[in-house]
Amino acid sequence: MKLILPVLALALLAAAPFALSDYGLGLLIGAVTYTTLASSWALFSGHTGYISLATVAFYGTGAYTVAVLNEALPYPLVLLAAALVGATMALVVGLSTLRLAGVYFVIFTFGLAELVRQLITWYEVNVTGTLGRYIFLDVTARGIYWQMLALGAVTIGLTALIHRSRLGLALRVIGDDEVVAAHSGIPLARTKLVAFVLSATILTLAGAIASPRWVYVEPAIVFNPTVSFLTVIMALLGGANRLWGPALGAVPLFLAFEWLSVKLPDTYPIFLGFLFIGVVFALPDGVLAGIERLRQRREGAG
Amino acid sequence: MFRRQEKTLVTILILGLVLGGTYALLALGLTLQYGISRIMNLAYGELTLAAAFVLVALFRATGLSPIAAIVMIAPAGYVVGWFLYAVMMRPLVARSGAGGRLEVDSILATFGLLFLIQGVLLVAFGSNFTSISYLDRGVSVFGVPVALNRLIAFAICVTAGGALVVALARTRWGLTLRAVAQTPGSAPLVGIDVNRVARQGFALGTALAATGGATIAMYQTFSANDGVIFTMKALVIVIMGGVGNVAGALAAGFALGLVETFVATAIDPGLTLAATFAIFLAVLLWRPQGLFGRG
Repeated sequence: MKLILPVLALALLAAAPFALSDYGLGLLIGAVTYTTLASSWALFSGHTGYISLATVAFYGTGAYTVAVLNEALPYPLVLLAAALVGATMALVVGLSTLRLAGVYFVIFTFGLAELVRQLITWYEVNVTGTLGRYIFLDVTARGIYWQMLALGAVTIGLTALIHRSRLGLALRVIGDDEVVAAHSGIPLARTKLVAFVLSATILTLAGAIASPRWVYVEPAIVFNPTVSFLTVIMALLGGANRLWGPALGAVPLFLAFEWLSVKLPDTYPIFLGFLFIGVVFALPDGVLAGIERLRQRREGAG
Repeated sequence: MFRRQEKTLVTILILGLVLGGTYALLALGLTLQYGISRIMNLAYGELTLAAAFVLVALFRATGLSPIAAIVMIAPAGYVVGWFLYAVMMRPLVARSGAGGRLEVDSILATFGLLFLIQGVLLVAFGSNFTSISYLDRGVSVFGVPVALNRLIAFAICVTAGGALVVALARTRWGLTLRAVAQTPGSAPLVGIDVNRVARQGFALGTALAATGGATIAMYQTFSANDGVIFTMKALVIVIMGGVGNVAGALAAGFALGLVETFVATAIDPGLTLAATFAIFLAVLLWRPQGLFGRG
């Protein structure tokens, strides 16, 4: 019974491109992409409180992998390669920081996108001598949309599964109190590592799937820090520890930002900053938790 | 051949120490904010850059000497930090109680602040690289020509940082700051107003960020997008030195300046951030409590 509504919505979304203009489809792709990014970000950071600021490091790596390999390998293999690169990167980051206090992880992810961008730029300029690549793939906008929709559905489905599994319980305990988690026999580092690698792999895949829309790719374009920023604020606004929270935050915020970036291209980052601080202060647990609290208060009063 | 190598080594040493002076000052400010106020400030580099832009704007508009400008920018940084703490950080501290919530909240709030300040800087000054030409003539130091502006910047950093270290170690005021840094829970028992001291620590840290940023503007090219890099370097220095360890932060600051200058001259200037991360990784794997930390 609980499954009927999401499946119906998914079918409706999958059929949407036949009824939409190119512009409408573009918006829909953006909304689904950010829903996927925010949901997979929350898959790790939502419960554990380990804030990852490196969304675009993975997203951009996925896009760049496609740019490098798109003429050398068939498309499914390119996606597989991107997922492997993302998972390896997450393993390196996770193995070096997740055994330590959360703040080390945050700091590492904070500079990671800039590091990857500089390393790729350096490599391309000094070794291959080509800064900037083209993606010539036979993928239509509809194709991108359906792939992204599938990835988004898998992410939310996976989150639902994890919520009910031992892994989800372990992640929640870690988020509440790491000392308690250690005492109840939860392998801290391994649990965090599994969730982080999973989340990062999805982020990388999202970048790989979205990449054909750029056509021309260079490090400064794909490693745009705004993506990391938007992902975090979307997940927070909806409620990062809820199944549908990130999606709830992603769709309206994406549309609002799209509108703002056209209307006010210069002052738009300032709005973003204000909004972000506002969310942290007013809705620290997200809209869903805020509504529940309001309802409880009303019931308590009545 | 041998003589030339020896000379480059001396050049790296001197230029690295000069750069390290600024880094040490920046790291000192960040470690004060994190150690005393318990705020992990991700917008630190943006505050640094804001001061750098103010110095350039003052220099271009009024021809004011950068040294005079720094005398004004440092107290202005203190005031800005004071207000930031009172308006933005204090409510978060009050909300978190004694729990671990503050770390997550302060990281998120200052991440938002980062975008806010960066947006203002981009609107006000654009995204181009900026620099001024001030006392840009060489002075010979042990046979190595060093730009005079770098030497002055170095002197400012050493004076400001040195004075602060002495004040922290020797004065009663420094003692209260250290007490809060060590055990914020028991400091009130001896009559210390923790809220006031935390605000002072944050304001002082911002003043150091402003001073560091202003000295950077004297000798280096920078743009409104560089904030993350400055924050990252300051953070890595703080961790290298051991969180809350003032002397460690100073030593690590000079060390990073040296390593970076070495990488920039001997390998490639495009890899300086990679060098910072390599050091960070090594510290995390080998001594996460810091090179100079106890335990």
